[in-house]
Amino acid sequence: MAHLQSRLSRALTAAVLALAPATAFAGKATDTLTYASDTEPENVSPYHNNVREGVIIARHVFDNLIYHDLATGKYEPQLATDWTWVDPQTLDLTIRKGVTFHNGDPLTADDVVFTLNYAVDPASKVVTKQNVNWVKSAEKIGDDKVRIHLVGPFPAAIEYLSGPVVIYPKAYFQKVGLDGFAKAPIGSGPYKVTAVVPGKGVKMEKNTNYWKGSPLGTPSIGKLEFRVIPDQETQLAELMTGGVDWIWRVQADQAKQLEAVPNLSVLAAETMRVGFLQLDARGQTPGAVPLKDVRVRQAIAYAIDRKAMLDNLVRGGARIMNSACFIDQFGCTDKGVPRYDYDPAKAKKLLADAGYADGFTIDLYAYREREYAEAVVGYLRAVGIKANLNFMKYAALRELSRAGKVPIYYQTWGSFSVADASAFTGAWFKGDEDDLARDDEVTKLLKTADTTVETETRLKTYAEALKLIAERTYLVPLFSYSSNYAFTNDLSFTAQPDELPRFFKAKWK
Amino acid sequence: MLAFTLRRLVVAFSVALTVSVIAFVLLHLSGDLATSIAGAEASPAQVAEVRHQYGLDRPLTVQYLDWLWRALHLDFGNSFYFRDSVVSLIATRMPVTLTLGAISLAISLIIAVPLGVLAAVFRGTIIDRLALTFCVLGQAIPTFCLGLGLIIIFAVNLRWLPVSGTAGWQNYVLPSVALGWYAVPAVMRLSRNGMLEVLSADYIRTARAKGLSPAAVVLKHALRNAIIPVVALAAVQFGFMLGGSIVVEAVFSMHGVGHLAWEAIARNDFPVVQAVVLILAAIYITLTFLADVINALLDPRMRVA
Repeated sequence: MAHLQSRLSRALTAAVLALAPATAFAGKATDTLTYASDTEPENVSPYHNNVREGVIIARHVFDNLIYHDLATGKYEPQLATDWTWVDPQTLDLTIRKGVTFHNGDPLTADDVVFTLNYAVDPASKVVTKQNVNWVKSAEKIGDDKVRIHLVGPFPAAIEYLSGPVVIYPKAYFQKVGLDGFAKAPIGSGPYKVTAVVPGKGVKMEKNTNYWKGSPLGTPSIGKLEFRVIPDQETQLAELMTGGVDWIWRVQADQAKQLEAVPNLSVLAAETMRVGFLQLDARGQTPGAVPLKDVRVRQAIAYAIDRKAMLDNLVRGGARIMNSACFIDQFGCTDKGVPRYDYDPAKAKKLLADAGYADGFTIDLYAYREREYAEAVVGYLRAVGIKANLNFMKYAALRELSRAGKVPIYYQTWGSFSVADASAFTGAWFKGDEDDLARDDEVTKLLKTADTTVETETRLKTYAEALKLIAERTYLVPLFSYSSNYAFTNDLSFTAQPDELPRFFKAKWK
Repeated sequence: MLAFTLRRLVVAFSVALTVSVIAFVLLHLSGDLATSIAGAEASPAQVAEVRHQYGLDRPLTVQYLDWLWRALHLDFGNSFYFRDSVVSLIATRMPVTLTLGAISLAISLIIAVPLGVLAAVFRGTIIDRLALTFCVLGQAIPTFCLGLGLIIIFAVNLRWLPVSGTAGWQNYVLPSVALGWYAVPAVMRLSRNGMLEVLSADYIRTARAKGLSPAAVVLKHALRNAIIPVVALAAVQFGFMLGGSIVVEAVFSMHGVGHLAWEAIARNDFPVVQAVVLILAAIYITLTFLADVINALLDPRMRVA
């Protein structure tokens, strides 16, 4: 039914697009950028929601300690003017002076210490635990000096400090509590929240006192308004009538049609999400026995024409991935990693060598982009592997996989937008239920890489682990995903692979 | 009459109970709640923690009875997703849904009753046929489809009305039409049949014989009697509309109970889904019950049922 609905509504959308007349947009005239997305964060407090819409608000309303320049890959000072590793488990930071919160309170080392300790306190009921569970505690060691004690060596801490870890105002938070904060959050970022309307969205206004010299720059657009619109077709209709100025995650086929609308821009940009096949290399399920042979796994990798899939299905800025991570993540590399370019003849030969000249039958499970999974099934059939596609809801599939019942798993991973390889490999090769390979050698190497502070050793160890994973073909990386943004022509907007729109950098043309 | 009312009450209560069991089972069949609450990228340990924290590691019957016991005390618990209590979530969103339901009902009555009367008066003519065709069309178009169609015509192309939201009265026009449309066929057919029955009654012949104008006969004498079953049906349709608002609110991005239910289903937010289903069912059952009682009061023959 849902499938039929989406088909029908797409047909309707096509009709809208064909008929849409040109109009002037209201956004620029009122200096208000209205952006729409389908999900409402359960709580706008950044540590108390797990959704992308919440992350967007967090980055506009709060400041980070460190800034990750995605263009150069370098970490730059933000609230922390400098930082040093005292030892692999201790990080010292100097906090910038002269920054104030939206309510006028100065931001000090006390706020930083409070935020970190609050985020790891079980009583705070933080839902983004994966972002802070590396912190043991924080303490003030000088007027503007903060020391973070880590649970264990964790070099990716810098990446987390420049991403999900944002700084709260201690005095205000303690005064209003979490419930008060959820209704009226206060940060030090380029935008301040003026209203949180449950079910509808969040309104923000430019912070005219935003501190000079911030790597985020000076915000240009006066007001931001986030509107929750659950239905994609409704979002499109709003965009075309000027009700909203910016939408994202537009389906590839709709994006193509939108390009024809004169006053709209469509931007296709790569994301950190990587699609891949996870193979049950230990043959836990009876049907997965052939996968125990590395030649069969390699045959699967050779059988898939990733370039054709990329050109015809994914489109827009996405790239082929050869390693078990997103290529721009720190530590991720495909140098020295074996490649499996499309070669069905070689695939057939490998299968014959492994004793499956006539192929075999196996189950393939997928939960999103059915057409991608269908393409994979088609390629596998072409070399004799009769894969049956089982399309399921994510939660049910995840459960099935953790119970060891999924031979081939079409998975995707967005690494929480963390630009460090540990956010990818750590999820799939940790030796837990999600690790179908359970290769001790790989797990050990990754553990070393995850906990080594010394950069060169870290890079080398990741490269070694990634090489092993590819050689033994536990996971067949396919390609990165792309995402389509559509917005009014009046807006100058650029996208980043971490799928985090930065409206503080956007301008009216 | 008392026995009849009691019997009906027992039936109503069992229906509510059955509905809550079905909603509970369906939700648990749709996949592991803990996995979906923990989020797409949660680790196995986090899932296990959530499972325990929300009491999802207990046997299903225990979970259900625990929920039922608290629901009987009007404690629907807290949403798994939002921090708020389910009762306050529903209370803040109910006005939008009730407004939408009421306007939709009014629209459907305004369209359906005159259409039914016309069809009855001009029985067997082209007008009757047209009205019936209209009726079939109304029943055949899915609400979401009609909603999007209305958006395309009146919001995107003509720019007369806003696409979505609840900012002003204009925002209620399209969703109300989309939702009210669904009730038109039933109401229209009932008005038509009621009119036909009444028009052949003796007192109408008398009224005509008196020399009253045809319009006076139809509007003053016939319609008043023919409309009684329509009123009962309208009450039931109002219940349907509250249910139908789930789709309409999602399409028009109106933040009422329907939208809340939509979100809650998508997130497997089981306390919210359970409460919304139960409340909508309760409203529906109450309306049906009242309609039954009213009918029974009006017509003693119905009391046997």
